[in-house]
Amino acid sequence: MANYSTNEFKGGLKVMLDGDPCSIVSNELVKPGKGQAFNRVKLRNLMTGRVWERTFKSGESLEGADVMELEMEYLYTDGDMWYFMRTDGSFEQYAVEKRALGDDEKWLKEQVPYTVTLWNDNAIQVTPPNFIELEVTETDPGLKGDTAQGGSKPATLSSGAVVRVPLFINEGEVLKVDTRTGEYVSRA
Amino acid sequence: MSGAWWPTADMTTLRDRARLIARVRAFFAERDVLEVETPILGQGGSTDIHLASLSAWARTAAGRQRLWLRTSPEFHMKRLLAAGSGPIYQLAKSFRDGEVGRRHNVEFTMLEWYRPGFSLPALMEETAALIRELLSDTLLPGEQGPPRCHAYRELFHEHLEIDPFNVSLERLRRLAAERGFMPKGALDDEPRETCLDLLMSLVIEPTLGWAKENQKEGQGELSAVVDYPASQAALARRHVDAYGDEVASRFELYFQGVELANGYDELVDPTEQQARFDADNAARRRLGFDEIDVDTRLVAALAHGLPEGSGVALGLDRLIQLALDKPRLSDVLSFDTPGC
Repeated sequence: MANYSTNEFKGGLKVMLDGDPCSIVSNELVKPGKGQAFNRVKLRNLMTGRVWERTFKSGESLEGADVMELEMEYLYTDGDMWYFMRTDGSFEQYAVEKRALGDDEKWLKEQVPYTVTLWNDNAIQVTPPNFIELEVTETDPGLKGDTAQGGSKPATLSSGAVVRVPLFINEGEVLKVDTRTGEYVSRA
Repeated sequence: MSGAWWPTADMTTLRDRARLIARVRAFFAERDVLEVETPILGQGGSTDIHLASLSAWARTAAGRQRLWLRTSPEFHMKRLLAAGSGPIYQLAKSFRDGEVGRRHNVEFTMLEWYRPGFSLPALMEETAALIRELLSDTLLPGEQGPPRCHAYRELFHEHLEIDPFNVSLERLRRLAAERGFMPKGALDDEPRETCLDLLMSLVIEPTLGWAKENQKEGQGELSAVVDYPASQAALARRHVDAYGDEVASRFELYFQGVELANGYDELVDPTEQQARFDADNAARRRLGFDEIDVDTRLVAALAHGLPEGSGVALGLDRLIQLALDKPRLSDVLSFDTPGC
């Protein structure tokens, strides 16, 4: 991979830092009136999702990271690995470890397209779509007439996620949920 | 807006920019300071190891020669002073390779002026007056007069509890790496100056030039830093401070955490000037940087005699950016370097 110098660091550039692939979040040149210039850089570690801050002397460089983001449909899990398939017509399948799914395991639904981040052709991160439609598998019975206001209750969805829903929601209904916040949006 | 051909500043901003520049010219006209234009290309370039010069090959009467794009108009302006110009100023397009960011552009406008016979405090007060002329009362309220002054040493005491002149190199490297979120040992090969520059830029500068408690949000004040370590003198004279350490006769002015101007009690000794150029180029060789042709004509002009006095360089684009409250320098440039 190519090397990138601090003045080429911009949002979204993928570089290697301390052995992990990272995505540059921001880069600011700071320089005293006279003297050495520095770049104050924020990077997201793609293995852990954490944002790091690091200062570099201007002109230092980092190796680029071979990172790609591809759209893939979720297929199934055998309990050990989770399997996804590219949607570009190649039908190529990827096995994903639990670590790459993190908390987003609870948003998996077959045939839904996810963004899968590959590093050296290994899946390191799976990002669900912002909104997903899931069926309610378990919740307390709905309350008639309480469609307007107030109150919520937990509901378990087909993917295993538990979200707060309005009291009028019943088992078997399909709901639209925001995967970023884990909040109920509407009936689908 | 769309399209790679589009200007980076909007038309309203360009009109405001023109209005502010007219005020700069009026400021100097009132004070009887002469506007000059000096060459962008020079036979000598800046040897400063922290400035990267651009150069161009030209065919001249002297044959094919490498000419340097100025990093500031200093050398030619000093040659005018030595020739008896009296007080002069210039709105000078200058170039610093690799300087890219929210407050930097490779090509930028430097406002530089020289005041024969002025002491450093007198020039600092005039610089503050010019800045007040351009910043609105809402940004910078309060009376005329000198900015609030901080000694370099006191700032390090206050913010980092170290004496920058006497702290051990080992402790300084450790502290700078820690404050720079760098891995342990990242600065173990670095000289004292790099560590001090890091702490100054990352820890101290952002705190300078902000309003005192009783002012409103968004307001700032002018802060000056003086008595830099002698190694950071560049083309300024040196003197001994109250602690017995040699310091640079220099000031820098800050507004809202942004460095705006850099003033010198100008070095007038040709031997010392030549020695500093040579020391810079020796450092460049050691670091594997390109050597820069020394401006021998500046040294000759100093030998002829440069009137004693002070000079200051101010980042005009940056001041306009603050005056118009724009997030990026490119917002006040018709075309930034990436869009040129």
